[in-house]
Amino acid sequence: MTTFALPSYDEATSRYEPVIGLETHVELGTNTKMFCGCPTEFGAEPNTQVCPVCLALPGALPVANRAAIEATIRIGLALNCSIAEWCRFARKNYFYPDMPKNFQTSQYDEPLCVDGYVDVEVDGETVRIGIERVHLEEDTGKTLHVGGATGRIHGATESLVDYNRAGIPLVEIVTKPVPGIGAKAPEVAKAYVAELRDILRSLNVSDVRMEQGSLRCDVNTSLNLPGAEWGTRTETKNVNSLRSVERAVRSEIIRQAGLLDAGGSILQETRHFQEDTGDTRPGRSKETATDYRYFPEPDLVPMAPDPAWVAELKAALPELPRVKRARLREEWGVSELDMQSIVNAGAVELIEQTIAAGASAAGARKWWLGELARRANESGQELSMVGATPAQVAELQGLVDAGKINDKLARSVLEGVLAGEGDPAAVMAARGLEVVSDTGALTAAVDDAIAANPDIAAKIRDGKVAAAGALVGAVMKATRGQADAKTVRDLILERLS
Amino acid sequence: MAAISRDEVAHLARLSRLAVTEDELDRFAGQLDVILQAVARVGEAGAGDDIPPTSHSVPLTNVFRDDVVQPSLAQADVLAGAPDAAEGRFRVPRILDEEA
Repeated sequence: MTTFALPSYDEATSRYEPVIGLETHVELGTNTKMFCGCPTEFGAEPNTQVCPVCLALPGALPVANRAAIEATIRIGLALNCSIAEWCRFARKNYFYPDMPKNFQTSQYDEPLCVDGYVDVEVDGETVRIGIERVHLEEDTGKTLHVGGATGRIHGATESLVDYNRAGIPLVEIVTKPVPGIGAKAPEVAKAYVAELRDILRSLNVSDVRMEQGSLRCDVNTSLNLPGAEWGTRTETKNVNSLRSVERAVRSEIIRQAGLLDAGGSILQETRHFQEDTGDTRPGRSKETATDYRYFPEPDLVPMAPDPAWVAELKAALPELPRVKRARLREEWGVSELDMQSIVNAGAVELIEQTIAAGASAAGARKWWLGELARRANESGQELSMVGATPAQVAELQGLVDAGKINDKLARSVLEGVLAGEGDPAAVMAARGLEVVSDTGALTAAVDDAIAANPDIAAKIRDGKVAAAGALVGAVMKATRGQADAKTVRDLILERLS
Repeated sequence: MAAISRDEVAHLARLSRLAVTEDELDRFAGQLDVILQAVARVGEAGAGDDIPPTSHSVPLTNVFRDDVVQPSLAQADVLAGAPDAAEGRFRVPRILDEEA
Protein backbone atom coordinates (compact mmCIF):
# COMPACT_ATOMS: atom_id res chain seq x y z
CA MET A 1 0.00 0.00 0.00
CA THR A 2 1.33 3.40 -0.98
CA THR A 3 1.70 6.02 1.67
CA PHE A 4 1.02 9.66 0.99
CA ALA A 5 0.89 12.86 2.97
CA LEU A 6 -2.53 13.72 4.36
CA PRO A 7 -3.69 17.32 4.00
CA SER A 8 -5.58 19.09 6.76
CA TYR A 9 -9.35 19.03 6.51
CA ASP A 10 -9.44 22.72 5.57
CA GLU A 11 -6.86 22.19 2.82
CA ALA A 12 -8.79 19.19 1.51
CA THR A 13 -12.09 21.03 1.28
CA SER A 14 -10.49 24.15 -0.20
CA ARG A 15 -9.27 22.10 -3.18
CA TYR A 16 -12.03 19.52 -3.61
CA GLU A 17 -15.80 19.42 -3.46
CA PRO A 18 -17.30 16.45 -1.65
CA VAL A 19 -20.46 14.63 -2.67
CA ILE A 20 -22.01 12.35 -0.07
CA GLY A 21 -24.78 9.78 -0.03
CA LEU A 22 -26.19 7.72 2.81
CA GLU A 23 -27.76 4.30 3.06
CA THR A 24 -29.47 3.64 6.33
CA HIS A 25 -30.87 0.34 7.56
CA VAL A 26 -33.56 0.37 10.22
CA GLU A 27 -34.78 -2.71 12.05
CA LEU A 28 -38.52 -2.35 12.53
CA GLY A 29 -39.96 -2.88 15.99
CA THR A 30 -42.65 -5.34 14.91
CA ASN A 31 -43.63 -8.24 17.19
CA THR A 32 -42.81 -10.80 14.55
CA LYS A 33 -40.45 -11.30 11.65
CA MET A 34 -41.06 -10.13 8.10
CA PHE A 35 -42.28 -13.39 6.62
CA CYS A 36 -43.14 -15.63 9.56
CA GLY A 37 -44.54 -15.45 13.09
CA CYS A 38 -41.22 -15.83 14.94
CA PRO A 39 -40.67 -13.25 17.69
CA THR A 40 -38.05 -10.52 17.26
CA GLU A 41 -36.88 -9.89 20.80
CA PHE A 42 -33.25 -8.89 21.20
CA GLY A 43 -30.91 -11.07 23.24
CA ALA A 44 -32.68 -14.44 23.17
CA GLU A 45 -30.73 -17.72 23.30
CA PRO A 46 -29.29 -18.49 19.83
CA ASN A 47 -31.58 -20.17 17.32
CA THR A 48 -34.66 -20.13 19.56
CA GLN A 49 -36.62 -17.63 17.43
CA VAL A 50 -36.38 -19.67 14.28
CA CYS A 51 -38.91 -21.69 12.27
CA PRO A 52 -39.09 -23.60 8.98
CA VAL A 53 -39.59 -20.33 7.05
CA CYS A 54 -36.44 -18.77 8.61
CA LEU A 55 -34.52 -21.93 7.78
CA ALA A 56 -35.95 -22.23 4.25
CA LEU A 57 -36.93 -25.83 4.90
CA PRO A 58 -38.53 -27.47 1.87
CA GLY A 59 -42.19 -26.52 1.52
CA ALA A 60 -42.04 -23.57 3.93
CA LEU A 61 -43.76 -20.51 2.49
CA PRO A 62 -43.33 -16.88 3.54
CA VAL A 63 -46.27 -14.54 4.17
CA ALA A 64 -45.59 -10.80 4.50
CA ASN A 65 -46.20 -9.00 7.79
CA ARG A 66 -48.85 -6.30 7.33
CA ALA A 67 -47.49 -4.23 10.22
CA ALA A 68 -44.04 -4.07 8.57
CA ILE A 69 -45.51 -2.92 5.27
CA GLU A 70 -47.61 -0.32 7.06
CA ALA A 71 -44.52 0.95 8.95
CA THR A 72 -42.54 1.21 5.71
CA ILE A 73 -45.31 3.16 3.99
CA ARG A 74 -45.50 5.51 6.99
CA ILE A 75 -41.72 6.04 6.84
CA GLY A 76 -42.03 6.78 3.10
CA LEU A 77 -44.83 9.27 3.72
CA ALA A 78 -42.90 11.00 6.51
CA LEU A 79 -39.98 11.36 4.07
CA ASN A 80 -42.27 12.92 1.44
CA CYS A 81 -42.03 9.91 -0.87
CA SER A 82 -44.50 8.60 -3.41
CA ILE A 83 -45.88 5.19 -2.50
CA ALA A 84 -45.79 2.56 -5.24
CA GLU A 85 -49.20 1.48 -6.48
CA TRP A 86 -47.82 -1.96 -7.24
CA CYS A 87 -44.50 -3.54 -6.34
CA ARG A 88 -42.83 -6.83 -5.57
CA PHE A 89 -40.26 -8.46 -3.41
CA ALA A 90 -37.17 -9.84 -5.12
CA ARG A 91 -34.59 -12.47 -4.32
CA LYS A 92 -31.06 -11.21 -3.86
CA ASN A 93 -28.92 -14.27 -4.43
CA TYR A 94 -25.57 -14.72 -2.75
CA PHE A 95 -23.48 -17.37 -1.03
CA TYR A 96 -22.91 -16.49 2.58
CA PRO A 97 -24.15 -18.49 5.53
CA ASP A 98 -25.93 -15.56 7.23
CA MET A 99 -29.05 -16.54 5.24
CA PRO A 100 -29.92 -20.23 5.09
CA LYS A 101 -31.93 -19.65 1.92
CA ASN A 102 -28.86 -18.53 -0.05
CA PHE A 103 -30.80 -15.40 -0.86
CA GLN A 104 -32.18 -12.43 1.00
CA THR A 105 -35.74 -11.38 0.27
CA SER A 106 -35.48 -7.72 -0.63
CA GLN A 107 -36.81 -5.28 -3.19
CA TYR A 108 -34.93 -4.42 -6.34
CA ASP A 109 -36.31 -2.22 -9.11
CA GLU A 110 -39.74 -1.82 -7.50
CA PRO A 111 -39.27 -0.27 -4.05
CA LEU A 112 -42.32 0.50 -1.92
CA CYS A 113 -41.49 4.24 -1.65
CA VAL A 114 -39.57 6.53 -4.01
CA ASP A 115 -38.50 10.08 -4.60
CA GLY A 116 -38.83 12.00 -1.35
CA TYR A 117 -36.78 14.45 0.67
CA VAL A 118 -35.94 15.52 4.17
CA ASP A 119 -34.82 18.99 5.27
CA VAL A 120 -32.09 19.35 7.87
CA GLU A 121 -30.66 22.41 9.61
CA VAL A 122 -26.92 22.97 9.63
CA ASP A 123 -25.47 26.24 10.92
CA GLY A 124 -28.85 27.91 10.62
CA GLU A 125 -29.16 26.91 6.99
CA THR A 126 -31.65 24.42 5.58
CA VAL A 127 -30.18 21.64 3.44
CA ARG A 128 -32.61 19.48 1.47
CA ILE A 129 -31.53 15.84 1.23
CA GLY A 130 -33.23 13.93 -1.59
CA ILE A 131 -34.51 10.45 -0.82
CA GLU A 132 -34.00 8.03 -3.68
CA ARG A 133 -35.95 5.10 -2.26
CA VAL A 134 -37.25 3.36 0.82
CA HIS A 135 -37.62 -0.39 0.54
CA LEU A 136 -38.40 -3.35 2.71
CA GLU A 137 -36.20 -6.41 3.16
CA GLU A 138 -35.23 -8.87 5.86
CA ASP A 139 -32.27 -8.81 8.20
CA THR A 140 -29.66 -11.56 8.11
CA GLY A 141 -28.39 -13.94 10.78
CA LYS A 142 -25.49 -13.20 13.09
CA THR A 143 -22.16 -14.89 12.46
CA LEU A 144 -19.57 -15.44 15.13
CA HIS A 145 -16.09 -15.99 13.72
CA VAL A 146 -13.93 -18.32 15.74
CA GLY A 147 -10.30 -19.32 15.48
CA GLY A 148 -9.13 -15.86 14.42
CA ALA A 149 -7.24 -13.58 16.73
CA THR A 150 -9.91 -11.01 17.45
CA GLY A 151 -13.24 -12.51 16.46
CA ARG A 152 -12.81 -10.89 13.06
CA ILE A 153 -13.57 -12.68 9.86
CA HIS A 154 -9.95 -12.60 8.75
CA GLY A 155 -7.98 -15.53 10.06
CA ALA A 156 -11.11 -17.30 11.36
CA THR A 157 -11.10 -21.06 10.97
CA GLU A 158 -14.86 -21.46 11.19
CA SER A 159 -18.02 -19.50 11.89
CA LEU A 160 -21.00 -20.09 14.17
CA VAL A 161 -24.36 -18.82 12.98
CA ASP A 162 -27.44 -17.72 14.92
CA TYR A 163 -30.57 -17.14 12.83
CA ASN A 164 -32.67 -15.32 15.46
CA ARG A 165 -32.10 -12.04 13.60
CA ALA A 166 -32.60 -13.60 10.16
CA GLY A 167 -35.95 -12.42 8.83
CA ILE A 168 -36.49 -9.39 11.08
CA PRO A 169 -38.02 -6.64 8.93
CA LEU A 170 -35.39 -4.21 7.77
CA VAL A 171 -36.08 -0.94 5.98
CA GLU A 172 -33.39 0.52 3.75
CA ILE A 173 -33.47 4.26 3.17
CA VAL A 174 -31.22 5.55 0.40
CA THR A 175 -30.53 9.23 -0.24
CA LYS A 176 -29.81 10.78 -3.58
CA PRO A 177 -26.24 12.10 -3.91
CA VAL A 178 -25.85 15.35 -1.96
CA PRO A 179 -23.50 17.80 -3.73
CA GLY A 180 -22.77 21.48 -3.06
CA ILE A 181 -22.31 21.32 0.69
CA GLY A 182 -18.52 21.79 0.71
CA ALA A 183 -16.76 21.62 4.04
CA LYS A 184 -20.08 21.13 5.81
CA ALA A 185 -20.43 17.59 4.40
CA PRO A 186 -19.63 15.77 7.68
CA GLU A 187 -22.10 17.92 9.64
CA VAL A 188 -24.79 17.50 6.99
CA ALA A 189 -24.34 13.72 7.11
CA LYS A 190 -24.65 13.74 10.88
CA ALA A 191 -27.63 16.10 10.86
CA TYR A 192 -29.39 13.89 8.32
CA VAL A 193 -28.97 10.71 10.35
CA ALA A 194 -30.05 12.55 13.51
CA GLU A 195 -33.14 13.92 11.75
CA LEU A 196 -33.95 10.51 10.30
CA ARG A 197 -33.59 8.94 13.74
CA ASP A 198 -35.93 11.54 15.23
CA ILE A 199 -38.48 11.00 12.46
CA LEU A 200 -38.37 7.22 12.92
CA ARG A 201 -38.73 7.65 16.66
CA SER A 202 -41.72 9.95 16.27
CA LEU A 203 -43.33 7.35 13.99
CA ASN A 204 -42.74 4.72 16.69
CA VAL A 205 -41.63 2.14 14.11
CA SER A 206 -38.24 1.26 15.60
CA ASP A 207 -36.30 1.77 18.79
CA VAL A 208 -33.53 3.31 16.58
CA ARG A 209 -30.68 2.28 18.87
CA MET A 210 -27.49 2.75 16.89
CA GLU A 211 -25.41 1.01 19.56
CA GLN A 212 -27.64 -2.08 19.36
CA GLY A 213 -27.60 -2.07 15.59
CA SER A 214 -31.28 -1.31 15.04
CA LEU A 215 -30.15 1.77 13.05
CA ARG A 216 -27.09 1.23 10.86
CA CYS A 217 -25.47 3.56 8.43
CA ASP A 218 -23.28 3.29 5.32
CA VAL A 219 -21.74 6.50 4.04
CA ASN A 220 -20.72 7.12 0.43
CA THR A 221 -18.15 9.82 -0.21
CA SER A 222 -16.48 11.16 -3.34
CA LEU A 223 -14.42 14.22 -4.19
CA ASN A 224 -14.14 16.26 -7.35
CA LEU A 225 -12.32 19.38 -8.45
CA PRO A 226 -14.59 22.44 -8.63
CA GLY A 227 -16.59 22.32 -11.85
CA ALA A 228 -15.41 18.81 -12.70
CA GLU A 229 -17.51 15.65 -12.84
CA TRP A 230 -18.18 13.78 -9.60
CA GLY A 231 -15.37 11.52 -8.53
CA THR A 232 -15.32 7.81 -7.78
CA ARG A 233 -17.08 7.07 -4.52
CA THR A 234 -16.18 4.78 -1.67
CA GLU A 235 -18.70 3.20 0.67
CA THR A 236 -17.87 3.25 4.37
CA LYS A 237 -19.64 0.64 6.46
CA ASN A 238 -19.72 -0.04 10.18
CA VAL A 239 -20.69 3.51 11.15
CA ASN A 240 -22.57 3.03 14.38
CA SER A 241 -23.05 6.38 16.09
CA LEU A 242 -23.95 9.92 15.08
CA ARG A 243 -20.48 11.07 15.96
CA SER A 244 -18.99 8.30 13.81
CA VAL A 245 -21.04 9.42 10.81
CA GLU A 246 -19.40 12.83 11.05
CA ARG A 247 -15.92 11.43 11.66
CA ALA A 248 -16.21 8.88 8.85
CA VAL A 249 -17.04 11.51 6.22
CA ARG A 250 -14.33 13.81 7.50
CA SER A 251 -11.57 11.22 7.52
CA GLU A 252 -12.60 9.86 4.13
CA ILE A 253 -12.46 13.38 2.64
CA ILE A 254 -8.94 13.82 4.02
CA ARG A 255 -7.81 10.39 2.83
CA GLN A 256 -9.19 10.83 -0.68
CA ALA A 257 -7.74 14.36 -0.97
CA GLY A 258 -4.32 13.06 0.04
CA LEU A 259 -4.53 10.29 -2.52
CA LEU A 260 -5.67 12.67 -5.28
CA ASP A 261 -3.00 15.24 -4.34
CA ALA A 262 -0.40 12.53 -4.78
CA GLY A 263 -1.70 11.85 -8.29
CA GLY A 264 -3.46 8.66 -7.28
CA SER A 265 -6.97 7.60 -8.16
CA ILE A 266 -9.82 6.52 -5.92
CA LEU A 267 -10.76 2.88 -5.98
CA GLN A 268 -14.46 2.12 -5.86
CA GLU A 269 -14.50 -0.05 -2.77
CA THR A 270 -16.13 -0.84 0.53
CA ARG A 271 -14.24 0.55 3.52
CA HIS A 272 -14.77 -0.05 7.21
CA PHE A 273 -14.91 2.70 9.81
CA GLN A 274 -12.55 2.22 12.73
CA GLU A 275 -14.18 3.40 15.93
CA ASP A 276 -10.86 3.69 17.81
CA THR A 277 -8.82 5.70 15.30
CA GLY A 278 -11.67 7.43 13.49
CA ASP A 279 -10.36 6.54 10.02
CA THR A 280 -11.48 4.07 7.39
CA ARG A 281 -9.72 0.94 6.17
CA PRO A 282 -10.34 -1.14 3.09
CA GLY A 283 -12.79 -3.97 3.61
CA ARG A 284 -12.62 -7.35 1.92
CA SER A 285 -12.31 -6.95 -1.81
CA LYS A 286 -15.78 -7.19 -3.30
CA GLU A 287 -16.77 -10.28 -5.19
CA THR A 288 -15.88 -9.35 -8.77
CA ALA A 289 -18.61 -6.94 -9.85
CA THR A 290 -21.44 -7.83 -7.49
CA ASP A 291 -23.95 -9.93 -9.35
CA TYR A 292 -26.89 -10.86 -7.20
CA ARG A 293 -29.08 -12.21 -10.00
CA TYR A 294 -32.14 -10.45 -8.61
CA PHE A 295 -35.47 -11.81 -9.73
CA PRO A 296 -39.06 -11.41 -8.47
CA GLU A 297 -39.76 -13.61 -5.44
CA PRO A 298 -42.19 -16.27 -6.71
CA ASP A 299 -43.30 -17.29 -3.20
CA LEU A 300 -44.81 -13.87 -2.44
CA VAL A 301 -47.57 -12.16 -4.35
CA PRO A 302 -47.20 -8.49 -5.38
CA MET A 303 -48.12 -5.65 -3.04
CA ALA A 304 -50.64 -3.08 -4.24
CA PRO A 305 -51.29 -0.72 -1.31
CA ASP A 306 -54.84 0.59 -1.51
CA PRO A 307 -54.64 4.37 -2.11
CA ALA A 308 -57.37 4.85 0.51
CA TRP A 309 -55.23 3.02 3.06
CA VAL A 310 -52.18 5.13 2.14
CA ALA A 311 -54.26 8.31 2.46
CA GLU A 312 -55.46 7.14 5.87
CA LEU A 313 -51.89 6.47 7.02
CA LYS A 314 -50.82 9.87 5.74
CA ALA A 315 -53.59 11.64 7.58
CA ALA A 316 -52.68 9.83 10.78
CA LEU A 317 -48.95 10.68 10.70
CA PRO A 318 -47.79 12.22 13.97
CA GLU A 319 -46.39 15.73 14.21
CA LEU A 320 -42.94 15.39 12.64
CA PRO A 321 -39.84 16.53 14.53
CA ARG A 322 -39.18 19.61 12.39
CA VAL A 323 -42.70 20.93 12.87
CA LYS A 324 -42.66 19.99 16.51
CA ARG A 325 -39.38 21.80 17.07
CA ALA A 326 -40.78 24.98 15.54
CA ARG A 327 -43.81 24.74 17.83
CA LEU A 328 -41.75 24.05 20.95
CA ARG A 329 -39.34 26.88 20.10
CA GLU A 330 -42.32 29.19 20.10
CA GLU A 331 -43.73 27.77 23.33
CA TRP A 332 -40.44 27.80 25.16
CA GLY A 333 -39.51 31.22 23.88
CA VAL A 334 -36.00 30.27 22.80
CA SER A 335 -33.95 31.55 19.88
CA GLU A 336 -33.27 29.51 16.75
CA LEU A 337 -29.69 29.06 17.88
CA ASP A 338 -30.68 27.89 21.37
CA MET A 339 -33.15 25.46 19.84
CA GLN A 340 -30.36 24.13 17.64
CA SER A 341 -28.19 23.44 20.66
CA ILE A 342 -31.12 21.73 22.37
CA VAL A 343 -31.55 19.53 19.30
CA ASN A 344 -27.82 18.84 19.03
CA ALA A 345 -27.70 17.85 22.67
CA GLY A 346 -30.55 15.38 22.08
CA ALA A 347 -32.58 17.24 24.71
CA VAL A 348 -35.85 18.07 22.93
CA GLU A 349 -37.91 15.20 24.33
CA LEU A 350 -36.18 15.35 27.69
CA ILE A 351 -36.97 19.03 28.16
CA GLU A 352 -40.50 18.52 26.88
CA GLN A 353 -41.09 15.74 29.39
CA THR A 354 -39.49 17.74 32.18
CA ILE A 355 -41.86 20.61 31.48
CA ALA A 356 -44.77 18.16 31.36
CA ALA A 357 -43.66 16.98 34.80
CA GLY A 358 -44.08 20.49 36.13
CA ALA A 359 -40.85 22.43 35.53
CA SER A 360 -40.62 25.78 33.77
CA ALA A 361 -39.02 25.85 30.30
CA ALA A 362 -36.05 27.80 31.64
CA GLY A 363 -35.61 25.47 34.61
CA ALA A 364 -35.74 22.36 32.43
CA ARG A 365 -33.27 23.82 29.93
CA LYS A 366 -30.89 24.92 32.67
CA TRP A 367 -30.34 21.37 33.92
CA TRP A 368 -30.40 19.42 30.66
CA LEU A 369 -28.11 21.80 28.78
CA GLY A 370 -25.96 22.64 31.80
CA GLU A 371 -24.87 20.16 34.42
CA LEU A 372 -26.38 17.09 32.74
CA ALA A 373 -25.05 17.88 29.25
CA ARG A 374 -21.61 18.45 30.77
CA ARG A 375 -21.69 15.04 32.46
CA ALA A 376 -22.97 13.31 29.30
CA ASN A 377 -20.12 14.88 27.34
CA GLU A 378 -17.56 13.85 29.90
CA SER A 379 -18.68 10.24 29.90
CA GLY A 380 -19.38 10.12 26.15
CA GLN A 381 -22.99 9.10 26.80
CA GLU A 382 -26.22 10.12 25.16
CA LEU A 383 -28.00 12.68 27.30
CA SER A 384 -30.96 10.33 27.75
CA MET A 385 -28.63 7.71 29.24
CA VAL A 386 -26.96 10.03 31.73
CA GLY A 387 -28.93 8.67 34.68
CA ALA A 388 -31.56 11.29 35.56
CA THR A 389 -35.17 11.13 34.38
CA PRO A 390 -37.26 14.15 33.31
CA ALA A 391 -39.44 13.58 36.39
CA GLN A 392 -36.38 13.78 38.65
CA VAL A 393 -35.15 16.96 36.97
CA ALA A 394 -38.60 18.52 37.38
CA GLU A 395 -38.61 17.52 41.06
CA LEU A 396 -35.14 18.98 41.50
CA GLN A 397 -36.13 22.31 39.98
CA GLY A 398 -39.31 22.21 42.06
CA LEU A 399 -37.17 22.08 45.23
CA VAL A 400 -35.22 25.11 44.00
CA ASP A 401 -38.38 27.01 43.11
CA ALA A 402 -39.84 26.26 46.55
CA GLY A 403 -36.72 27.74 48.14
CA LYS A 404 -35.77 24.46 49.79
CA ILE A 405 -32.39 24.34 48.07
CA ASN A 406 -30.38 26.84 46.09
CA ASP A 407 -28.70 26.06 42.77
CA LYS A 408 -25.46 25.10 44.43
CA LEU A 409 -27.12 22.62 46.77
CA ALA A 410 -29.22 21.40 43.89
CA ARG A 411 -26.05 20.34 42.10
CA SER A 412 -25.13 18.19 45.10
CA VAL A 413 -28.63 16.73 45.11
CA LEU A 414 -28.28 15.95 41.40
CA GLU A 415 -24.98 14.25 42.08
CA GLY A 416 -26.78 11.99 44.54
CA VAL A 417 -29.54 11.27 42.03
CA LEU A 418 -26.98 10.32 39.37
CA ALA A 419 -25.19 8.13 41.92
CA GLY A 420 -28.41 6.19 42.33
CA GLU A 421 -29.27 7.47 45.80
CA GLY A 422 -32.91 8.03 44.90
CA ASP A 423 -35.19 10.87 43.88
CA PRO A 424 -34.19 14.49 44.59
CA ALA A 425 -36.33 15.01 47.72
CA ALA A 426 -35.02 11.77 49.21
CA VAL A 427 -31.41 12.65 48.37
CA MET A 428 -31.86 16.13 49.83
CA ALA A 429 -33.16 14.66 53.08
CA ALA A 430 -30.58 11.86 53.24
CA ARG A 431 -27.67 14.18 52.56
CA GLY A 432 -29.06 16.85 54.86
CA LEU A 433 -28.89 19.45 52.15
CA GLU A 434 -32.12 21.31 52.78
CA VAL A 435 -31.76 25.05 53.04
CA VAL A 436 -32.13 26.26 56.60
CA SER A 437 -35.56 27.82 56.31
CA ASP A 438 -36.31 27.46 59.98
CA THR A 439 -36.44 31.19 60.80
CA GLY A 440 -35.53 30.59 64.41
CA ALA A 441 -32.25 28.92 63.52
CA LEU A 442 -31.56 31.50 60.82
CA THR A 443 -32.33 34.44 63.11
CA ALA A 444 -29.93 33.00 65.66
CA ALA A 445 -27.21 32.71 63.00
CA VAL A 446 -27.92 36.27 61.87
CA ASP A 447 -27.77 37.58 65.42
CA ASP A 448 -24.47 35.73 65.95
CA ALA A 449 -23.04 37.32 62.81
CA ILE A 450 -24.17 40.81 63.90
CA ALA A 451 -22.68 40.34 67.33
CA ALA A 452 -19.40 39.09 65.89
CA ASN A 453 -19.10 42.01 63.44
CA PRO A 454 -20.14 45.18 65.29
CA ASP A 455 -18.27 47.49 62.82
CA ILE A 456 -20.13 46.16 59.83
CA ALA A 457 -23.43 46.20 61.72
CA ALA A 458 -22.86 49.87 62.51
CA LYS A 459 -22.22 50.71 58.85
CA ILE A 460 -25.47 49.02 57.85
CA ARG A 461 -27.35 50.90 60.54
CA ASP A 462 -25.89 54.08 58.99
CA GLY A 463 -27.50 53.12 55.69
CA LYS A 464 -24.54 51.47 53.95
CA VAL A 465 -26.69 48.56 52.79
CA ALA A 466 -23.95 47.22 50.49
CA ALA A 467 -21.97 46.17 53.57
CA ALA A 468 -24.63 43.52 54.27
CA GLY A 469 -22.79 41.21 51.87
CA ALA A 470 -20.11 40.48 54.43
CA LEU A 471 -22.68 39.48 57.03
CA VAL A 472 -24.54 37.34 54.51
CA GLY A 473 -21.24 35.55 53.83
CA ALA A 474 -20.73 34.92 57.52
CA VAL A 475 -24.23 33.48 57.91
CA MET A 476 -23.82 31.28 54.85
CA LYS A 477 -20.56 30.00 56.27
CA ALA A 478 -22.19 29.28 59.60
CA THR A 479 -25.02 27.35 57.94
CA ARG A 480 -22.60 25.52 55.62
CA GLY A 481 -24.19 27.09 52.57
CA GLN A 482 -27.60 25.72 53.36
CA ALA A 483 -29.33 29.06 53.79
CA ASP A 484 -31.07 31.03 51.09
CA ALA A 485 -28.88 34.06 50.56
CA LYS A 486 -31.77 36.41 49.82
CA THR A 487 -33.67 35.41 52.94
CA VAL A 488 -30.54 35.95 55.02
CA ARG A 489 -29.99 39.38 53.54
CA ASP A 490 -33.61 40.37 54.17
CA LEU A 491 -33.31 39.18 57.76
CA ILE A 492 -30.10 41.16 58.35
CA LEU A 493 -31.56 44.35 56.96
CA GLU A 494 -34.72 43.83 59.03
CA ARG A 495 -32.68 43.40 62.25
CA LEU A 496 -30.55 46.47 61.57
CA SER A 497 -33.18 48.86 60.26
CA MET B 1 -27.12 -16.62 -32.98
CA ALA B 2 -26.67 -18.43 -29.70
CA ALA B 3 -28.91 -17.26 -26.83
CA ILE B 4 -26.17 -17.86 -24.28
CA SER B 5 -22.42 -17.78 -24.69
CA ARG B 6 -19.83 -20.13 -23.24
CA ASP B 7 -18.50 -17.20 -21.15
CA GLU B 8 -21.93 -16.53 -19.69
CA VAL B 9 -22.27 -20.15 -18.68
CA ALA B 10 -18.85 -19.95 -16.99
CA HIS B 11 -19.97 -16.79 -15.14
CA LEU B 12 -23.19 -18.42 -13.96
CA ALA B 13 -21.32 -21.51 -12.84
CA ARG B 14 -19.00 -19.37 -10.78
CA LEU B 15 -21.92 -17.45 -9.19
CA SER B 16 -23.57 -20.78 -8.37
CA ARG B 17 -20.33 -22.17 -6.95
CA LEU B 18 -20.40 -25.07 -9.42
CA ALA B 19 -17.10 -26.58 -10.49
CA VAL B 20 -17.63 -27.01 -14.21
CA THR B 21 -14.90 -28.45 -16.45
CA GLU B 22 -13.93 -26.99 -19.83
CA ASP B 23 -15.63 -29.91 -21.60
CA GLU B 24 -18.78 -29.41 -19.56
CA LEU B 25 -18.83 -25.72 -20.41
CA ASP B 26 -19.03 -26.57 -24.10
CA ARG B 27 -21.70 -29.21 -23.53
CA PHE B 28 -23.86 -27.13 -21.14
CA ALA B 29 -23.62 -24.02 -23.29
CA GLY B 30 -25.07 -26.03 -26.17
CA GLN B 31 -27.81 -27.60 -24.05
CA LEU B 32 -28.82 -24.38 -22.34
CA ASP B 33 -28.92 -22.69 -25.71
CA VAL B 34 -31.49 -25.18 -26.99
CA ILE B 35 -33.66 -24.53 -23.92
CA LEU B 36 -33.38 -20.75 -24.21
CA GLN B 37 -34.16 -20.84 -27.93
CA ALA B 38 -37.29 -22.83 -27.14
CA VAL B 39 -38.36 -20.37 -24.45
CA ALA B 40 -37.61 -17.46 -26.79
CA ARG B 41 -40.42 -18.66 -29.06
CA VAL B 42 -42.88 -17.28 -26.50
CA GLY B 43 -41.70 -13.85 -27.56
CA GLU B 44 -42.84 -14.57 -31.10
CA ALA B 45 -46.43 -15.14 -29.99
CA GLY B 46 -47.16 -11.46 -30.49
CA ALA B 47 -47.37 -10.45 -26.84
CA GLY B 48 -47.01 -6.69 -27.24
CA ASP B 49 -47.01 -3.79 -24.83
CA ASP B 50 -50.73 -4.19 -24.29
CA ILE B 51 -50.23 -7.41 -22.35
CA PRO B 52 -48.71 -6.78 -18.91
CA PRO B 53 -46.09 -9.28 -17.76
CA THR B 54 -47.56 -12.01 -15.60
CA SER B 55 -45.76 -11.94 -12.28
CA HIS B 56 -47.67 -14.77 -10.76
CA SER B 57 -49.75 -17.73 -11.85
CA VAL B 58 -52.71 -16.48 -9.81
CA PRO B 59 -53.84 -12.83 -9.98
CA LEU B 60 -53.49 -12.14 -6.25
CA THR B 61 -52.07 -9.13 -4.44
CA ASN B 62 -51.74 -8.08 -0.79
CA VAL B 63 -51.62 -11.43 0.93
CA PHE B 64 -50.53 -10.34 4.39
CA ARG B 65 -50.61 -11.79 7.87
CA ASP B 66 -51.21 -10.08 11.20
CA ASP B 67 -48.25 -9.26 13.40
CA VAL B 68 -48.97 -12.03 15.91
CA VAL B 69 -46.27 -14.27 17.36
CA GLN B 70 -46.42 -17.96 16.48
CA PRO B 71 -44.35 -20.63 18.23
CA SER B 72 -40.80 -21.11 16.94
CA LEU B 73 -39.00 -24.45 16.81
CA ALA B 74 -37.01 -25.75 19.77
CA GLN B 75 -33.29 -25.09 19.43
CA ALA B 76 -32.57 -28.82 19.26
CA ASP B 77 -35.02 -29.19 16.37
CA VAL B 78 -33.54 -26.19 14.59
CA LEU B 79 -30.07 -27.71 14.77
CA ALA B 80 -31.21 -31.29 14.12
CA GLY B 81 -30.67 -30.93 10.39
CA ALA B 82 -27.41 -29.02 10.66
CA PRO B 83 -24.29 -30.84 9.43
CA ASP B 84 -22.51 -29.50 12.52
CA ALA B 85 -23.37 -27.30 15.50
CA ALA B 86 -21.68 -25.73 18.52
CA GLU B 87 -22.87 -23.43 21.30
CA GLY B 88 -26.44 -23.56 20.03
CA ARG B 89 -25.32 -22.30 16.64
CA PHE B 90 -24.82 -23.68 13.16
CA ARG B 91 -21.16 -24.42 12.58
CA VAL B 92 -19.94 -23.61 9.10
CA PRO B 93 -16.52 -23.72 7.42
CA ARG B 94 -14.46 -20.57 7.24
CA ILE B 95 -16.20 -18.03 5.08
CA LEU B 96 -13.43 -16.19 3.28
CA ASP B 97 -11.70 -19.32 2.04
CA GLU B 98 -12.00 -18.58 -1.64
CA GLU B 99 -10.66 -15.06 -1.26
CA ALA B 100 -7.63 -16.05 0.82
